[in-house]
This record gives sequence, C-alpha cells and structure tokens, in this order.
Amino acid sequence: MNAQAVVILPIALPLATMVMLLLSLKSIPAQKLIGVVGSALLLLSTATLAWLVDRDGILVLQAGNWPAPFGITLVADRLSSIMVLLAGLMVFAVSVYSLASVDNSRVRFGFHPLIQLLLMGVCGAFLTGDLFNLYVWFEVMLIASFVLLTLGGERGQLEGAIKYVTLNLISSAVFLAAIGVIYAATGTLNMADLALKLRSFPNEGTVSVLSMLFLIAFGTKAAVFPLFFWLPASYHTPPVAVSAIFAGLLTKVGVYSLIRAFTLLFVTDLEFTHNLLLLIAGLTMVTGVLGAMAQNEVRRILSFHIVSQIGYMVMGLALFTPLALAGTVFYIIHHIVVKTNLFLIGGVVEQRFRTGRLERIGGLYRSAPVLATVFFLSAMSLAGVPPLSGFFAKLTLIRGGLEAERYAIVVAALVVSLLTLFSMTKIWSEAFWKPPPGDAVTDVSSRNRSRTGRACLYGPTILLASITVGIGVMAGPVMNASMATAEQLLDQNAYINAVLPDGPTGQVPAVSRERRSP
Amino acid sequence: MDILLAITVGGLYAAGIYMMLRRNVVKLLIGLGLLSHAANLLLFTAGGLVRGRVPVVPDGGTWPLVIVADPLPQALILTAIVISFAVLAFALVLIYRTYQTLGTEDLDELKATDT
Repeated sequence: MNAQAVVILPIALPLATMVMLLLSLKSIPAQKLIGVVGSALLLLSTATLAWLVDRDGILVLQAGNWPAPFGITLVADRLSSIMVLLAGLMVFAVSVYSLASVDNSRVRFGFHPLIQLLLMGVCGAFLTGDLFNLYVWFEVMLIASFVLLTLGGERGQLEGAIKYVTLNLISSAVFLAAIGVIYAATGTLNMADLALKLRSFPNEGTVSVLSMLFLIAFGTKAAVFPLFFWLPASYHTPPVAVSAIFAGLLTKVGVYSLIRAFTLLFVTDLEFTHNLLLLIAGLTMVTGVLGAMAQNEVRRILSFHIVSQIGYMVMGLALFTPLALAGTVFYIIHHIVVKTNLFLIGGVVEQRFRTGRLERIGGLYRSAPVLATVFFLSAMSLAGVPPLSGFFAKLTLIRGGLEAERYAIVVAALVVSLLTLFSMTKIWSEAFWKPPPGDAVTDVSSRNRSRTGRACLYGPTILLASITVGIGVMAGPVMNASMATAEQLLDQNAYINAVLPDGPTGQVPAVSRERRSP
Repeated sequence: MDILLAITVGGLYAAGIYMMLRRNVVKLLIGLGLLSHAANLLLFTAGGLVRGRVPVVPDGGTWPLVIVADPLPQALILTAIVISFAVLAFALVLIYRTYQTLGTEDLDELKATDT
C-alpha cells in the first residue's frame, strides 16, 4: 500500500465500521464491540497519517486518478493530519465512555453507527481539497449530528434541535450560494486552483463579497460572534457522550474551514478580512465568557466556554503571523482534548446527581477524589494555568499579539482568561468543595456500578487529562509541530504545488474561457 | 433570461427569509425549503445559461468547438437537491415530534433550552 492510500483511510474506516454496525443493529454487545474496535482502528489510521505527513510532507490523493482540478482531491497537510488525529483520539475516548453512559434504547436506535457517520463527515471535511466536496462532508456531518442530537426524543433535545437544525441549514444555504458565486467567478472549485486564480483576480469587490459569504457560512459552524446562538441553546440537551463529541469536534470543523479559507483563498486583502476577523475574535471571546458567567448548570457553562475559546483560535488566524498561527494550532490541540474531557467529567457528575444544576450538587471532592483531580487538571488547563497545556497555547497567542502590536486583543485575551478561571472556580467550589445540599438526589445505581462500568467512565477522562498534562510537560515538541504547521499554512505555494504538480490549468482553450468574461 | 432568473432567485430568498421570521414552525420549515431552492437556482444561474448546446466533444477532438452548457453546476445542484431533500424530510419529522411532545407550534414558546 502506498503512502497516498492512507489519506482515504480516515474516511473509509468509519464508513466500513458503520456498515458493519448497521448489519448487527439487533445485538447490543456487537454494537458496543464493533463501535470501540472501529474507533480504535480509526485512531490508529489517523496516527499513521499524521506520522506519514510529518515524514513526507503534504500527501495528496486524486480520487479515481482524475488529475486536479477536474477530480476530487484529498489533501493531508500538517493541519489536516493533526485535526484528524485529534478526531480519532476523541472518538475513541467517547466510544469507550459511551459504553457505560449511553442507554440501551439509544444504542438500539443506532447510536454507534451515527457516531461513525459523524466521524466520516468530520474527517472528510478535514481532508478534502475541494470546496463542493467540503459542502458535502459538512452535510454528512450535519445529518448525523441532527439525529444524534434528537436521539431519545426528550423535550429539551427536540427544542434544542429545532434551533440547531435551522441555523445550521441557513449556514449551509449560504455556503452553497457562495460556492455558486465562486464557481461563476473563477470556473473552478479545487482549493489549490482557486488559490491561484484568486491571487490574480481582477475584480477586488467580488473577492470581498465571496470572502464575506464564506465567513458567514463557516463562522456559523464555528460559532463566532454574532452567529453562535445555536450552540448554547442545544449542546446541553443530548446525552453527555454526544455533547462531548460535538463540543470537541463540530465547531472545530468550522474553525478549520475558516483557517483554510483565510490562509489559502482570501489572502489578498488582509487589511479588510483579517482586521474584521480580529474584531470578531475579540467579541466572540468576551461575549462567550460573559454568557458562561451567567449560567448555573455545568454543561451550559461549558457550552458558553466553547464560544469564548473559538475566539482565541480566530485571534491567531486574524493576526496572521507564523507565531500567532502556531498559537491557533496549539490552542486547537489543547482545546479539543480539554473541552471533550470537561464534558465527559460533567457527564459523570450529572449521572451521580441526575442534574447538572450547581445548587443541587456538591461534595464531590470527598466522594469522588479521582474525578475531582481530573476535573481540576482540565479546568485549570482551560483557564491557562501553568504548566498545563492551556498556558502554553495562550502564551503563544499573546506573544503573537504583542509581536504584531495588537494590544487591544491581547488585553481582551488576558481578561477573558481571568474570567474563565473565575467560572471554572465556580464549578469547582460548587460541585466539588461545597457539602452536598440536603435535597441532593444521589443516584444509587451509579455507586453500585460494576468495575468495568466505572473503568469505562473514568478511563477516558483519565486518559484525556494525562494528555493535557503531557502537552504541558512536552510543550516543546508540540510547539515545534504547531510552528511547522503554521509555516506550512503560510506557504500557499507548497499546498498548490502538491495538488497541482503540473502548474496551473493553462491548457483550457480560449473557447471555454470566453464565457467567463462577459 | 439571466435577469428573470436573478429576480426569481431574489424573490425566493426574500420569501424564504420572511417565512423564517414567522413564529410558526411549519412556516419556518417552508422558509428553509425556499432558501435551499434559492441557493440551487443561484448556482444554476451563476454557472452560466447556454441554450441547446450539449457539452459533447466532436469525434477526434479534445475540446468542444463552440460555447457549450457547463454540466458541472447541474451536477452540483443535483447533489444539493438530494441533500436538501433528506435534510428537509428530517426537519419535517422533527417538527412533528416537537409538536407532539411540546404541544405547541409557536416558536416563541420554545424557550426552555435558551439561556
């Protein structure tokens, strides 16, 4: 098997796993076994891909051997390979966690196949090098997430789903319209080819309109200000395993697309686009964290923090220096691990007390010291306390901001960091330190849970918490990888040459060009 | 023809957004449907309108000799129609289940999960 074929594995493996899961839908043990084994294989394949990309540089697979820009291109550069690796890691952790946390009726209605379908969409979006293909992967991911969100049909789930579905469909419609306009303007949808054609595009106004259309489409998926309202309205409603994978991966697909669009395609008018991104980043951070402070339920607080942290990622992109982009990449790595873990821990808390409302829970420091430790590590990392992963991520971003002399955003980032610490401390003191309130319901069944059940709940959280600590301790290598990723992102020619080894598509005869220049 | 289609697309967008701003969930769904139709038609119009020229390469040649209709936007639209069909079917079931469970079709009453 040659190296290129590995690029398709993160898409093909979830598909194969999903088919097998659908064939064995009647047997719950088979569902659980195949789900976990499939996720483990996915993790393995993504790790292989990341290793290969690190060794050989950008890997390109032309589907069906149709040369770009005519066929569908799959591209794995450093950013893509890091993203799919994180996706593989998260789905593995969540699959194991779901063994003990997702009820059998949800498993019977296809929880595991849907998770695999979701992952296929997510990995496809990370790996594709074609805009329309990206739209299709978005839709694959969305339809899987719609069903996962509503699976079980509880009141809150249905209500949250209406908002989630509506806003995501609007964003898809905008994305589709943007694809139509960009095709009309340039006659191609291959990202590398687009990057070339947009460089020398005569009409600046058209490019600005296009960049804004994509900003709205991807910004809604990434939940940036002021397009984030679907997120806090829906993420706290489904089962925890579902929220955790959503929190870790879905908004990051939007962020990834933003990074791709604004490092590869729309880099001609930095003054306008990237300054706007910087403003959005600041507002996203601040509104997200203020929203979180007003909440009193574990998962609602965490949902608002996702919004706030998306701001940090966009900040690095907006500053558009190697250091700041490296900060963004580092932040994404840190954020996906920590955020998923916090949701998983929040899920254990909710299972114990049958609620996530802070005034009705407490005493966990005494009754669950392991849980308290992993929560403390993740929460402090999220707030950016050294020597955990969040500290280095924020440090890099802030250094990037200072170097670029954008002091306002640096101040915003620091203040938001402090407020994050405040709201993590709130969860800590309410859920862990305060004695349990008199009327607290403790779920007896969770106390008597079997050893394997407990291992399934705690194992993934401990794994992710140790990764957080690991990123902090091994910040050097992670930083080097982020820096290399940032440099690769800023070197558009490397991407273009990898996809289009024969140079731009110059052979198109005048006849078919003519129509494009009315 | 271009102008007629442009007006149609604009009208569909306007109608779609107007319907989405109504309080009834059914109207919201109709609005979403109109919005996806508008996007599809936009794609179709933006791809360029050429009448009665099939994209067939003549015998022995490598390129069509005249300006032909671009088949790609139509392939894209076909994909987009299939996707929006599936998504709207899902959304229909969703609003029906929501109506059954919550007993209301007024969006203003769906506030429990908001912040």
